[in-house]
Parts: sequence; C-alpha cells; structure tokens
Amino acid sequence: MSPAQWDLPPELCCRPMAFVALTGLDVVYNAIHRAIWDAFCANRRADRVPISFKVLPGDHEYPKCRTKRTSYEWYIPKGILKTGWMNKHLNLVPALVVLFYELDWDDPQWKEKQSECATKVEIVRTSLQGRNTKVAVVLIQKKTPLPPGEDLVASERASALCGACDLSGKSLFVLPHTDHLVGYIIRLENAFYEHAQTYYYNEIRRVKSHKEFLNKTTHQLLFVRHQFKMGFFSELKQDTQNALKYYRTAYSLVHELRAHETNMLEIKTMAGFINYKICRLCFQHNTPLDAIAQFRKHIDLCKKKIGSAELAFEHTAWMSKQFQSFGDLFDEAIKLGLTAIQTQNPGFYYQQAAYYAQERKQQAGQLCSHEPGVGYPAPDPLETPSGALDFYGQRPWRQGHQSIDPPDSEKEKQGILALQVKERDVLHSELVIALLSNAVAQFKKYKCPRMKSHLMVQMGEEYYHAKDYTKALKLLDYVMCDYRTERWWSLLTSILCTALKCSYLMGQVKDYITYSMELMGRASNLPEEQKSRIEKNLIKVLMNEVPQPEPDCDLASVKTAQSLWSDRISLAGNNEFTIEVQDYVPFVQCKAKFLYPSFHIDEPVQLHVYVRADCPHPVRFSKLCVSLSNQEYNQYCLLEDASKEKDILETSTQENMCLVPGKTRKYCFKFVAKTEDVGKKIEITSVGLMLGRETGRCVYLNWRGGWGDAASSHETLQASRSFKRRTRLPEQQVDWDTVAIQSSTMIISRVPKISVQLTHEPPALTNEMYCMIVTIQSEEDTVAKDIKLTAGLKPGQDANLTQSTQITLNGSEVCDDSHPALLPDIPLGDLQPGQKPLYIHCVSTGSRILLFHVAYSVSATVEGKDINCKCHKDETVTLETVVPFEVAMKFVSSKFEHLERVNVDIPFLLMMDILSASPWPIELVNSEVLLASSMTPIDQPQSQVEGVTLQTSECASECFLLKCPPVQNDTSTVASGHYFISWKRKSAFAETSVVRTMVILPHVMVENIPLYVHAELPSFGRVRESLPVRYHLENRTGLVQDVEIGVEPSDAFMFSGLKQVRMRILPGAEQEMLYNFYPLMAGYQVLPQLNINLLRFPNISSQLLRRFLPSRIFVKVIFFRPQIKNNGRPCFLVFLVGPTLGLRYLTFFFFTFFYQLSK
Amino acid sequence: MAVCIAVIAKENCPLYIRSVPTQGELKFHYTVHTSLDVVEEKISGVGKALADQRELYLGLLYPTEDYKVYGYVTNSKVKFVIVVDSSNTSLRDNEIRSMFRKLHNSFTDVMCNPFYNPGDPIQSKAFDSIVSTMMVQAC
Repeated sequence: MSPAQWDLPPELCCRPMAFVALTGLDVVYNAIHRAIWDAFCANRRADRVPISFKVLPGDHEYPKCRTKRTSYEWYIPKGILKTGWMNKHLNLVPALVVLFYELDWDDPQWKEKQSECATKVEIVRTSLQGRNTKVAVVLIQKKTPLPPGEDLVASERASALCGACDLSGKSLFVLPHTDHLVGYIIRLENAFYEHAQTYYYNEIRRVKSHKEFLNKTTHQLLFVRHQFKMGFFSELKQDTQNALKYYRTAYSLVHELRAHETNMLEIKTMAGFINYKICRLCFQHNTPLDAIAQFRKHIDLCKKKIGSAELAFEHTAWMSKQFQSFGDLFDEAIKLGLTAIQTQNPGFYYQQAAYYAQERKQQAGQLCSHEPGVGYPAPDPLETPSGALDFYGQRPWRQGHQSIDPPDSEKEKQGILALQVKERDVLHSELVIALLSNAVAQFKKYKCPRMKSHLMVQMGEEYYHAKDYTKALKLLDYVMCDYRTERWWSLLTSILCTALKCSYLMGQVKDYITYSMELMGRASNLPEEQKSRIEKNLIKVLMNEVPQPEPDCDLASVKTAQSLWSDRISLAGNNEFTIEVQDYVPFVQCKAKFLYPSFHIDEPVQLHVYVRADCPHPVRFSKLCVSLSNQEYNQYCLLEDASKEKDILETSTQENMCLVPGKTRKYCFKFVAKTEDVGKKIEITSVGLMLGRETGRCVYLNWRGGWGDAASSHETLQASRSFKRRTRLPEQQVDWDTVAIQSSTMIISRVPKISVQLTHEPPALTNEMYCMIVTIQSEEDTVAKDIKLTAGLKPGQDANLTQSTQITLNGSEVCDDSHPALLPDIPLGDLQPGQKPLYIHCVSTGSRILLFHVAYSVSATVEGKDINCKCHKDETVTLETVVPFEVAMKFVSSKFEHLERVNVDIPFLLMMDILSASPWPIELVNSEVLLASSMTPIDQPQSQVEGVTLQTSECASECFLLKCPPVQNDTSTVASGHYFISWKRKSAFAETSVVRTMVILPHVMVENIPLYVHAELPSFGRVRESLPVRYHLENRTGLVQDVEIGVEPSDAFMFSGLKQVRMRILPGAEQEMLYNFYPLMAGYQVLPQLNINLLRFPNISSQLLRRFLPSRIFVKVIFFRPQIKNNGRPCFLVFLVGPTLGLRYLTFFFFTFFYQLSK
Repeated sequence: MAVCIAVIAKENCPLYIRSVPTQGELKFHYTVHTSLDVVEEKISGVGKALADQRELYLGLLYPTEDYKVYGYVTNSKVKFVIVVDSSNTSLRDNEIRSMFRKLHNSFTDVMCNPFYNPGDPIQSKAFDSIVSTMMVQAC
C-alpha cells in the first residue's frame, strides 16, 4: 500500500455529472463528426448543462448487469460499498446512449438506411442488456429542415424510423449540419440532459424499492449502501438538496453499524467518504457553518474509534486525512468566494492534520520498530487476486469477511506485520511539513503571526527530525526574534535548544557560539547544570576543541558531526566571529558611559565600561575595546591581555579580565581630547569584547552604541520603575541597574579666565552714536593671545533691529546703513588689559540685546600634555533706546493766534517747541530751517536755540517769520520744508559727536483772500493825544470791488475820519483810509471796530478781515506838564496805579471834568 | 476547571503562566502565545470610542481539538487567558466569566502591592493560591 492509500478516491472528490455516451461518430476521419464532437466538448462552461460526454464505438460493451435478485432473504452483504461502483456510474454506465446516423429525409436509399439504423440501435440495446439506459438517435442531415408539420415526408419517415428502431418520438433528433451547429448542439444537449435525469430518477426509485426487502439484522450494510447510492444518483441528477438528505441518512446509518476491530477501518472509511460528500455539498450550498458542524460531529464520533491497537497509526493517518481534506474543501470554498475569519479558517484544519500526522509518526515509531531480522512477510498478505480491493476499507487478506473475529489469526498477524513494515517506510516528516506549510500559508492570510511562528517552529523541529538541519535552522532562526521581542523566554529557550543541536550537528561554529551564548544568558530558563554544560562546551569551542555532543541527538548524526568538528579544528582562517549583540541576549552584558555629559578641553575625558556575566562559571576575556566616533581615541580605550606578548602571567590582569558571574566589573579609560574636537560630540559607537584567543578561535561581542542587547531596554525600564531598595554593595561593586547610560559627551572649551566689563550710560537715544566701552581683563596665568572681540546685535532677534542698528568703532562720524549690526572678530592682539570704545547707532526705539564675544587662545597643560586652548566669553547686555526729544511745530499768526490755514502774502509765524525726553542733558548745537519753495522767510532766519542745554522734560522754543507767495488755486496744501536740529548728549563720560536730526515740517493750507486789510498805527497812544491810524485796503483780485466801510463808535475813543463810506477799489489798487483816534481812557483799549463789507464777496465777513487788524491798543496816561499849570488852570496829577475798575471810573470822571473845564 | 492560566502583560510578554504539570508545559505556553493573535485582533477590532464600555471578557478565543481557550482583557490591556479541556463540557460561559473576575480581583490586589513593580513576573503567593483553586487538581 502506498501512502496514497489514505487519499480519497478521485471519483469521490469530483463533481458527479450525468454520463452520456455518443456512438456512431467517427471523430478521427470524419470532419463533420469531428466538428459535432468538438461542439459537444469544447467550451463547457457553467452555463452548459452538466453532462460528461464520451464517444464510444457503436458496438461498445457496457458493464454487464448482474441478474436481479428476487429476494434478499439469504443474502449476506460482504461490504458497504464496492470500490468500482462510483466509477462505474460516472464513466462506464451511461444514462443515455445516443446513436448518430447520417440520414436525410429524402435519401434515395431510405429503406436500406432505415434498416441499418435500426440494426445499430439494436446492437446498442443488446449491449445494454438489463440496464435502464435510454437510447436516442440523432440524424445528421445536410439540409436545413422545414418547420415542423410542413414537411409531410419528414414526419412520415420519422414515425417510420421510430417504429423500426422501437424508439419514442422524443428520442429521435435531427441535427442539420449547417452554420448554427453550436446552437443545435446546445438544444440537443438539453434534450439529452432531460433523458439523463429521467434515467437517474428511475435509478433512485429502483434502489429505494429494495428497501422493503431488507431486514435490520443482516442487511445493515445495505442500508448504508443504498442511501449512499441514492445520494450519488441524486448528485448525478444534479439534485444536491436531496443528495444531501440521502447522505445525511447514510451518515447516521454508518454509525449505527456494529463496529468491531475487524470492520472498524471499513466503517471509518465509509464515514469519511460520506462526511466528505456532506461537507462538500454544504459548502456548495453556501452553508459553511453546517459543513463545519458536520465535520465536528464526524470527528467527535470517530476520534475514539481507533480500531486495532497494533495499527493505531492507521487511525491517526486517517484522522490527519480527514482534517486535511476538510481543509482543502474549506480552502476551495474560499477560492469560490466564501469569507473565512481569523478563528475559523482552513489553517486550523491543516494544523490539526499536521498534529495527527505527527502523532502517526510517533505511533509508527513505537509500533513499527521491529527487530532488524523481521522482514516483510511472504507471501504478501496485502496481495489480492484482482490487484485491488472489492470493498472500500477492507483488509486484503480477508475481503468480504464480516464476522467479529478474524477467520485466520495467523494471516491476521502477517497482515498487520506487513502493514507495519510498510508504515516504517513512510516519510512521515515530509507529510507533516507539507501540512504545516499549508497551515502557515493560511494563518499568514488570516493575520495570526504568532500561530504562524508556532507552526514554523514545528516545521523547524520536523526538519530537525528529518535530519534536514539547514532548513530547520533557517526556520528556527527566522522565528526566534519574534519570541525574543515578545520576551517569551520559555519558548525561546526551547527553540534555542533545538537550534543549538542543529548547529552542533552541522558543525556551524558561529551559530553554535551564538546559541550557546544566549542559552547561558539570562534569557534562557535552562537549569543551571545545563547552562554549565553549555558553557563548558563553549569554552571548548573557543579553545578550538571538539565540543561534547548535545543530548538526545541521533547517534549516527553525532558521529558525522564529530568528524565535522575535528575538521574545523584543522581548518585555518575564518576563526574570528563577530556577533552583533543587539539581536541576541548573550550571557555578557555591557554598559559603557562617559562620566559626564561634557568635558572641558583642559581636563581628561573619562569613560567607564561595566561588564557583567550571567553564566554559571567565571569566564575570561582577552580584549575589551571601545570604539568612539573619533577613532583616534580608540587606542586609549583598549584593554588587552598582557599575556599575549609576555608569557609571564600578571595576576592582576588575570584577575582583572575574568568575569565572575553576577558581579559587575568596571573598567576605566581616560584620554585627553584634541583641541580640534572642541564643540564636537564624542560618541561611543560600539564596545567590543573578545572571548577566546586570536591565536585560536575568538568571538567578538559587539555592543553597538556601547550597551544593550535584545532584552536590555525593557530591563532598564523595569529597573527605573522599581521601588526596590538598592542593597548596599561592598566597595568597588556596582549595582548593575543603577548604571545609567551616557553614550556621548561634548568637548567644550576651557572656562575663560577673563573678565569683560561694559561701561555705558543707558538708555541710548535714537540716532545717537551711543558709546559703549568694553573692558577686557585677563586673569590667566599665561599670556592670552589672539584676542578677538565680536560685538554687536545678538543674532536671532527681530530682523528690523538688524536694519536699525549699526555698529562702528569710529565715533567721529554718524553711521549709515552700510555699517553692520554685528562687528565680528575685532583683533585686539595679545592682551594688555585695555578698553575699546564702540559706537552704536540705533535708528529705532525699543530694547535690543547686544552681544560681546571675546575669544582668545591660551596654552595649558593637561596630564603632562601641552595644549593650546581656545577660550571665549560672551557678555550680553540689553539696551533700551529712547527718543531724545520731541519737536512740536505750529503755525501762528502775527498775533500768535493759532492758524488752521495761512493766507497768501500775509506774514505768519512758524513755531517750534523742542521738548527733551532724554534722561541725560542734551545740548542743542544748532537749528536750521530749510524752507520749501512755497514759503519764503521775511527776515534772515537765525537759530534762536543755539547753545541751549535742555535738562529732562525741559522745552526750548523758537519761531520764524514767513509768508507764502501766491498760489494757483484759492486754497492748496503746500509743503513747508525741513527743520534740522544738531544736538549732542552732554556727557562727561566720553566725547560725543553732534547728531543732526531732521524733522519734516507739517504741510499747511494756503488760501488767497480778495481783500487785504492792514493798519498802520503807532505802538501805543496817549490819552487825549491824537492817534493817527491808517487803514490800507488792498484789492487782491482782478476785479473792481465795492467796499462798504463803517466804524463803530467806541467809549474809549473819539475819532475823526469817514464814519461810513462806500467806495470802489480798482484791481491791484490800494485804498488808504486815515482816521484820527483820540483816546479817552488809559490802558488796553479796544479800538473802534472797522466793519468792512465786500459786496462782491458776501462770504468774506468783516470778522475774517478783522483778523488782520489790531483790535486793541495800549493807551498811556499823559503827565501834566508845568506849562499847563502856567495857563492858570487847575492841575491834578493822576497816577494810574492799577487797572482797577474804581480807579478807572475815577479817571474817567476826572477827564470829563477836566475836559469841561478846559472848554 | 482550567488546565492552564496565564497573565500576559500589555506588551504581550508573560507575567504569570501556570499549567497542570501532567501535560507538556511548553505546549500550553505555545497555546497561550498563539491565542494572543485572536486577543489582539479582538481588541483592535473594537472601535476606539467604545473602548470605555468594552466588555472585558472576550469569550472563547479559539477552539483547538483538545482545549478551549478563553480570553479576558483588563482596561490596562493586561490579558488573562484560561485554557480548559475540551472534554469538560460542564463548564458554562458564566463560570468562565466568574473565574476571570476572580482572577482580575486577585490581579488587582497584586498590582496594589507597593512592592510589586508592574511589568515584573507575578510571584505573589495569594495570587498563586487563587489560581490553584481554579486549576484542575492533578491527581
């Protein structure tokens, strides 16, 4: 028996289709027949009826039908199902035989042909003796037939032919060989299908009819057989619903059979077949849950039906097959559109199949380990006369035997032995691996990474058992890291053990070392004695010796392995291995750290390396080296076995380079950094630890970044969380968990020993050349050379500040935009302590940060090494800038009245108020007005504030008399010009330069007026003395103007002149009006008001014009002179003491009196 | 009763795992480990918004031929896995739930211990004895 004995027969697994035989077709030599055949069998898609066609010769012998049993009374069935039955109905016994015959209705030799056809039909009928198979005739005709009923000859001849052939009219067909062949064929096919269905329907009824003859005691097997047959026929009939029903009944009947050791296999085989059919149909009906439920039931029912204990492997093989075929069915259904889920997918069934396959292998190993002398029995008990079994699932040496005990115990023994011997030769591992890899593929699809890993481990182990160590190692190595990252140490250990065995058996030195290291380490939960054994082996390997074999290895393989290992000893070269630790959890842990996060260049860089081993025995290493980002330092960070050169063993180094389990060792390294590395980072790129000797075999453990393997990050995290009190350790011992990592350090410049002082008087004033004095003082022991100062605005501030700040060393002239905001590297030479004045020009207000950076170099000695250190010191200062003064400007009239607008050609005043806002005194050096063309000065404008010093919030004012030349329009806004103030800070601290600040004068509205009035009068009057006042009226228009002038009477004056007049003034002409005022009262007196009415310009009121005229005048008192006294008039001397009302009244009274007197 | 009880940390490493000594310990470790696939899927399947009201009990994770594996996830994503013999049909869902609840209570006690460092393997005797009451007594 081959391993395929457990495979389901193909006729069971295929989809049953109605079988129709075609005869009378010569497909080899006749092109027409060929075309017909092709049309039948080509393009059989799902939309065509499910028929399997076969071309058979006309005289084909169909399987003989056995004579029908009339009674079942004395019949004892020999088995459940004949092995040939399914095939017989699928491929041998047709439901319909179709005879093709070339015959046209108008064939000249009709008679002859008709009888020939009838003969052929008869031949077919004879060979189908006893079968219910139908016969049909197809006439191949050259002409297209007329519509039915029209061709009388045709219908007549058709019925004649039917009569001759003993056919019903429904079984005679005509196939015109014309263009529409395929269409005709499809119609024919459908007709055949109907015939076939009728045939199968009858078959089902025939089988069913047997039932009444059966009795439950002797014919149990037949119940199952008949149900199965009905199911199968239903399937052929494409009635899957009923088929399922029959199969289900058959399934329950199978389990009702009396089961005993001799027929167990047969029952299980049949149960498996029926179960397969049920599951298949359930999937086909899209009821996968039914399929799964059926399968579970099947497994539960059959799990315990082991049968013969000596052939237990048969049961597991069968179980495995059950799962596998269900997995296949499931997978097939998925391919047809079923959706599976993570917890219910074919993978589980393949996995279980693999499990049973493993079980089978184990049982086979136990049951089939015969003495070497036991051979295959002869004669072969598995040989049958026919070469095959009659019934499914029966033993070849006792076919048809149905009683409980085997007929011949000797034969039985021989048979079992033969089966066992056969089983011994089965390649179980291959089966297991194939199933596992099926399962892996499924679990990969359904997102089960851990299940996949688990199965891959199993595959690896199976490969190991199959002695394919390379593949085993590859698989195990692949999944190892998954278990490592998830920290399932128990599982990792078991995988590692298998991997170690593989690497040992293959003589893979590097893998052997790697796995050993991990198995000795903290990630492995092997017992101590195992670890110790592995460590001893590892030491052997490092000493270039052959390691002890791993336990439980195949003896033959161990032999080969040993010779492999001894070959390795002699093998020169390639005995150095590097193991990147971050992918493993080796037994040595390492942490390297710089003592501080930064070191000054003038002190040595210190580096500590902590090493700890977890192995059971102390271990020696021969080299410890640290690689740094700057490789020049590596030479200082190296610890080497001194005994390499000298044979004298220094006990101190010996001890030093030995790792005691559980104890942390510390190694200190020290080096002086190079001056070029100032400002750079030094990183630990890796730490290497060499085990073994360079002369023999050695392993470099390489910790990238100086620490950490696959497990340490989590350990560090746990340690940091832990509240456990650190146990106090004796001196020079370190608690591993407390060692923090510092894998990089900065080399920073030496601490500068200089002082930088800034002297200045804040705040700075806008636009001023602000002076700051930088004083640098060296406190170095030696000369500070090459001092360089960088001063200016600290970079990284507002961009506007950069544009509005300028720095210069030259304070004598004002900076412009070409000066930078930061002056770099002002060389100061070797330091003689000194000062440096700097000038800063701040154009805008606000605070800004200034940076003063002093760099210099100095030589120093570190660890007996002279180095030239560069030092620098930064000093920053925040400088506030304020406006030095504010300038307010206004236009006023000659009467100091505020002017909204100025009039053409009429003089006015421009007034400036300079208000100091500076906290420091400001000296105004000069001021200047630069007028625009629209203004002209009336006199030479001269600064009135020259040399004035303003204290805080003091104000200086000056004014200029100006007038505007005529403008085009009546009113227009004109620019006035610029005002310049030259000033400087009055400071005793440093010489300051003069700053010229420009102020733009405001624009002003200029207006034309039609009439200009001005008065000419003395600066004061005297009481009772004539006061001539001349009014000038100028016509400033191009028109003749009518002017009405009136003078209002006043209490204070008497006057002579035209009281009311109306006159004309020619364009550009001037009219003069002379009045003699005669003041009556002293003091400030309101002049008599002049009312001017311009008849042409009614909107120019006299109010407006009066603006140009003085409104009051001071009137002085007269003194009586002696001559008046001489006139004999009484005389009083009146002093006007003050402008009180009483006195004025008195004065008035006096004057009146006096006046009357003089009259 | 259970044949194997395991507590798995948030990062999926085992905190506690105990199985009946009669059968291979390793096999149970693999069973528990592979069941994490389903747990992960179930946790990620639940919408984030519903995470607060999420049922802690995950139910039957997956059936194997011989065992039933049940899962439970605490709010801090610590997973409990209980493996029950398939033949033990008397065990109902409710009983499994109550086993998990007991386990969770005991686990909470462990976490409350100020000397326990979360993430370390559980070595509590009290927890051990609670687990023992739920395990199949090996005869």
